[in-house]
Amino acid sequence: MSDIRDTAVSPADLAAAEPAPKATPGRRERASWLWLLNARLVLGLIIIAIFLLGSFVLPLFAPHDPAQQATYMKNLKISPAHWLGTNGLGQDTLWYLIFAVRNSLILGIFVGIGISAISTAIGLSAGFIGGAYERIVMLIVDSFITIPLLPILIILGALIRGNNNFFTIGLIIVIFGWAWNARTIRSMVLSLREREFINMARFSGAGTLAILVREIFPYVSAYLVVGFINTILFAINTEATLAVIGLSKVDVPTLGSIIFWALNYNALFTGNTTWLVAPIVATILLFLGLFLTSTGFNAAFASRRGVA
Amino acid sequence: MGVLQYVAKRVGLYLAVLFIGLTITFFLPRLLPTNPIDAYISQLQSRANGQLTAEAIIQLRTNLEELYGLKGNLFSQYLGYLNRVIFHLDFGPSFTYYPTPVSSMILTALPWTLGLLLIATLIAWVLGNLVGVVAGYFHTKRAATVLEVVGILLYPIPYYILAVSVILLLAYVIPIFPLSPTFPVGPLTPALVGSIVYNSTLPALTLVLAGFGWNILSMKALAVATTEEPYVTFARLKGTSNWTRMVRYVFRNAMLPQVTALALSLGTVFNGALLTEILFSYPGVGLLMRTAASSGDYDVLYGAITLSIVAVATAGLVIDLIYPLLDPRIRHR
Repeated sequence: MSDIRDTAVSPADLAAAEPAPKATPGRRERASWLWLLNARLVLGLIIIAIFLLGSFVLPLFAPHDPAQQATYMKNLKISPAHWLGTNGLGQDTLWYLIFAVRNSLILGIFVGIGISAISTAIGLSAGFIGGAYERIVMLIVDSFITIPLLPILIILGALIRGNNNFFTIGLIIVIFGWAWNARTIRSMVLSLREREFINMARFSGAGTLAILVREIFPYVSAYLVVGFINTILFAINTEATLAVIGLSKVDVPTLGSIIFWALNYNALFTGNTTWLVAPIVATILLFLGLFLTSTGFNAAFASRRGVA
Repeated sequence: MGVLQYVAKRVGLYLAVLFIGLTITFFLPRLLPTNPIDAYISQLQSRANGQLTAEAIIQLRTNLEELYGLKGNLFSQYLGYLNRVIFHLDFGPSFTYYPTPVSSMILTALPWTLGLLLIATLIAWVLGNLVGVVAGYFHTKRAATVLEVVGILLYPIPYYILAVSVILLLAYVIPIFPLSPTFPVGPLTPALVGSIVYNSTLPALTLVLAGFGWNILSMKALAVATTEEPYVTFARLKGTSNWTRMVRYVFRNAMLPQVTALALSLGTVFNGALLTEILFSYPGVGLLMRTAASSGDYDVLYGAITLSIVAVATAGLVIDLIYPLLDPRIRHR
């Protein structure tokens, strides 16, 4: 394979392609590198744990449905009763935000599972079977990567507006989002395919499926964690993007729909900046946490499994 | 022979992308349960206060189906669609601005999008890669880590958050730029160009910030790997300066995968540009699509998405065709 397009790697891989700790330099340096790698992972995991706990446990204590409009006075300032004030629709900003984070995370996790399953099956088979099958699959993968997603989502959003539910949106994101991961997994398999132990397994009489599942999958499984987290990022981002321009189901609280309502009710003109700042800060923290975890995992695994 | 093979492969991919893209846009709406013609007729019906007779509706339906190429079975519709789109660039008339052809509406909006996108992507790519190569070349130095942290902090932030934050910071907290940008039309006088540039700064800044983080991280990783190559060590032993090694040995080589990555990521960058346009009311293809989506103007939507696919695929092709000029190994293989 002399395809130079193969040199393109997904951003998370590149970001994590830190030099693995080397055995040759002194022990001090090695220890410091390990500390750095762990620091990223630990920081990311702490952020995610806080978000997961907060958004899944706190709703159990919610005084009422935060999506219910006109529960309180509009645009109240920050006070002990409303830690982040209330928004222009008479909802408590903090409770709305908590439910938004939960819904976005649920969507992200479901889409993550769907995309991981599809892209693993396609990537593994394309990389290992090769031949005409691989060429056709990669043509489709490259087309899906090249085709801009947002216009397609805008059309779908316009067509199914009104009778969509929240999970239709997740399904659509799965259908159009599997290509990047499939590409990465396939390029990993390509590099594994030429290894000695694969030939060893084949000469010992193992079938294609057995080699894929028992020899190649363990190497790829480490990447799956990384790919899964990246997909959560991608899914939350895509739904939020649609919500911000009003084409998702905006009456479900998500990280995007808060901003949609805040922009539509001119939060800046009415001086209710917390309505806009709170989701921005929450999103940045959550995304940073997910990103740090994904690159941290990737770096930790890369040093162990010895395949980039 | 190497270059020819490369070009043929790349053009093949280009045609495949166009074909798959056009096929998806054709079949997508037809697989969904909703029918735009029904929606349009009920819209007319309510405008006429329910006074349209059944015969008039049937007449209207046949006319509309004729007008929008919905006659015949699915396969002949598909061939007709490909024929109209590829050979005539004809997407039919707009629903909302009735006789205006969709293609002319899109051709008005396209230069706005391309201008913003090209300038922002170029700035983000050059700046990001320069910072990235410095961060990667001096990766053992503590100061270089700071550069990488900038990338880590910027990269995961989604476009819509960047856009809203930029508005919040530079139009609300520090009111340098307009909170609601306006884009006047008219002959291009220097004053008008100035106003357009002034109003486009925030959307452009959003796109630059979004691309900047990714380029830093990716270039840094590539530069670290390249620095370890034997030819860089050789160059050092030969007595070349740090600057020469960084620019002519490390950057020149690490840049190549970045060019390929740029071609691959164009779709994502384009998505970001569309979103940014919508949030800043910038009169490009994105805003056109958003308005068309809310008014149910399906011809404009399909025209815009088709041209988007063609534009992104073509830009990718152009980048990949420039590639052999940058990488002599392909020319001499």
